[in-house]
Amino acid sequence: MAIASKVMPYDEVRRDLWRPLSGASSRYIVVLVLLSAVALWGLVAWGYQLYRGIGVAGIRRPVFWGFYLVNFVFWIGISHAGTLISAILRLTDAGWRKPVTRAAEAITVFALMIGGMFPIIHLGRAWLFFWLFPYPNSRLLWPNFRSPLLWDVTAISTYLTGSIIYLFLPLIPDVAQLSTHAAGWRRLLYRTLSLGWTGSDREWHALERAMKLMAGIILAVAVSVHTVVAWDFSMSVAPMWHSSIFGPYFVVGAIFSGIAALLVVMSIIRKTMHLEKYLTPHHFNNLAKLLLLMSLLWLYFTVAENLTAWYGNEPKEMSVFGARVRGNFAPYFWIMVFCNFAVPFVLLGIRRLRSILTATIASVTVLIGMWLERFLIIIPTLSFGRLPAAWGHYAPTWVEISISVATFAVMGVLYLVFSKLFPIVSVWEFEPHSEAEE
Amino acid sequence: MAIDSDRCTGCQACVAACHAENNLPLSDAESAARGRAVHWIRVDRYYEGEFPDIRVKYMPVLCQHCDEAPCEPVCPVYATYKNPEGLNVQVYNRCVGTRYCANNCPYSVRFFNWFDPVWPSPLDLQHNPDVSIRMAGVMEKCTFCIQRINRAEREAKEEKRPLADGEVQPACVQSCPAEAMVFGDLNDPESKVSRLAESGRSTRLLEELGTQPKVFYLQRAT
Repeated sequence: MAIASKVMPYDEVRRDLWRPLSGASSRYIVVLVLLSAVALWGLVAWGYQLYRGIGVAGIRRPVFWGFYLVNFVFWIGISHAGTLISAILRLTDAGWRKPVTRAAEAITVFALMIGGMFPIIHLGRAWLFFWLFPYPNSRLLWPNFRSPLLWDVTAISTYLTGSIIYLFLPLIPDVAQLSTHAAGWRRLLYRTLSLGWTGSDREWHALERAMKLMAGIILAVAVSVHTVVAWDFSMSVAPMWHSSIFGPYFVVGAIFSGIAALLVVMSIIRKTMHLEKYLTPHHFNNLAKLLLLMSLLWLYFTVAENLTAWYGNEPKEMSVFGARVRGNFAPYFWIMVFCNFAVPFVLLGIRRLRSILTATIASVTVLIGMWLERFLIIIPTLSFGRLPAAWGHYAPTWVEISISVATFAVMGVLYLVFSKLFPIVSVWEFEPHSEAEE
Repeated sequence: MAIDSDRCTGCQACVAACHAENNLPLSDAESAARGRAVHWIRVDRYYEGEFPDIRVKYMPVLCQHCDEAPCEPVCPVYATYKNPEGLNVQVYNRCVGTRYCANNCPYSVRFFNWFDPVWPSPLDLQHNPDVSIRMAGVMEKCTFCIQRINRAEREAKEEKRPLADGEVQPACVQSCPAEAMVFGDLNDPESKVSRLAESGRSTRLLEELGTQPKVFYLQRAT
């Protein structure tokens, strides 16, 4: 935050933000070990699935896509935290973004790594996933570029590459500073990553231009990625999937859940890493307002999607719609509406109630609600296909649940390790010198 | 293919014949209840009227070999495609198991191998050598008994004669005691199946989706 740099000397900022890098409290170790154990358990479950066949999951005819694809859409959605917040704020030169961007960009990269795994976990023959890569096989047959799944592969790998670059660029001046102060393997790591950064004017200008350029590119890629994910569903002929609203609906949902994820992560690192001076109520207030806006947008899209289906009264769509709002999926549907709309609307809409605590609570419910939304989009449509003779119900098994839970642990592990290696708040942006540069 | 719904008695002989001909995996009651049973052809039942004045209509449903098949464009690895004869075929070796095709099939006639198939002894000794066994992780579905079509074409070619109408019979057609099913060449306007397809009793399943299915259901217009 701009105010902090004026009030606090740069040396103090640097000391504060570098402190979490050295040493590890016993609490940190315990949490890291616990999360790693959960993550390992997920790996065991996946190994079992690879060994026995994907039949150990609960997916069945006609619900051929289950928890794995729900998680895929959910995590790709979470990945919109970083790009959107940091790219938009960087492009509009919003000063308050500074302590937030690094934390957000890291979420993007990790959520994408996790989300990108799910289509592979979900494959019947996961070991052949590379057959989807765009190069011809030994009989010169290329993959099918008409398939939305191939668009997915293309979009997600582009997005992952882009967001790693986008996370890395603003990291360069930080690791360069760190390399002069660190010793041992850390020094080697930071020196390698700093790419020989000396801090000359030319380098600053190049970095500034590269970051602006990447912010623009990443924004376009982010929107297209979630649109393509939506098209996996809307390109089909299945009732309630074949909908033109899905592209923007998914993008809005993704940004919505991304902001929620960012708020949750911010309030955790604020407490555990003692960043109260940097992540101030001002940041939470701004992001909470953004979350509220996205909540309203989400409601608008949900109403538009369901009202038109209901009013159109087409029998096939109505069997899915009915199951969703008053059939066996109704509890999940109304919990979703409560979590995604009622909670943020009350807690964040009433100014007196808006605080760091309520913003965190609302973010947690939004994450639950958005996971349910992905579930409600995928499962009911498949359960109630066009021919009633082939209807069927899906329930996940321990394998799917283990892998799903484990991904949250993986997120935690990656974040814990990242925050030990790199300052989670961008340090150089507090430097008065670079302030003047901008 | 033409299927006369008014003749079908719902005896399931076609289902059993298909299992034997195409090496379909068997499933026990538990896995069938979990939606894991594989039947390339199934007999759907539709009830008309109120009990006791009830009338059951049977409808054998198999892959409709659509001209505009929704399953084809969505496959990222061309595991399912339209072969030159117009059949919708599944290449097991190419399939990686995204199951997108099955989701996009409005007829729900695509099946997945959740595990490697097993047959209780001695059924493992009666496999059809003309049909490959599918491994865990790939999709499968009705092929219109392509092995029988290929064999008949080969024999006709060796004898230097055209394929006669009705010479090829998929297992389901062959086994139908009510002779409700007719298989033939729709490209030949003189074939029996083409004439039946032209009849006033002919309808197609979910035709309104524009899939242009190649199975014609004959039933009394009510």
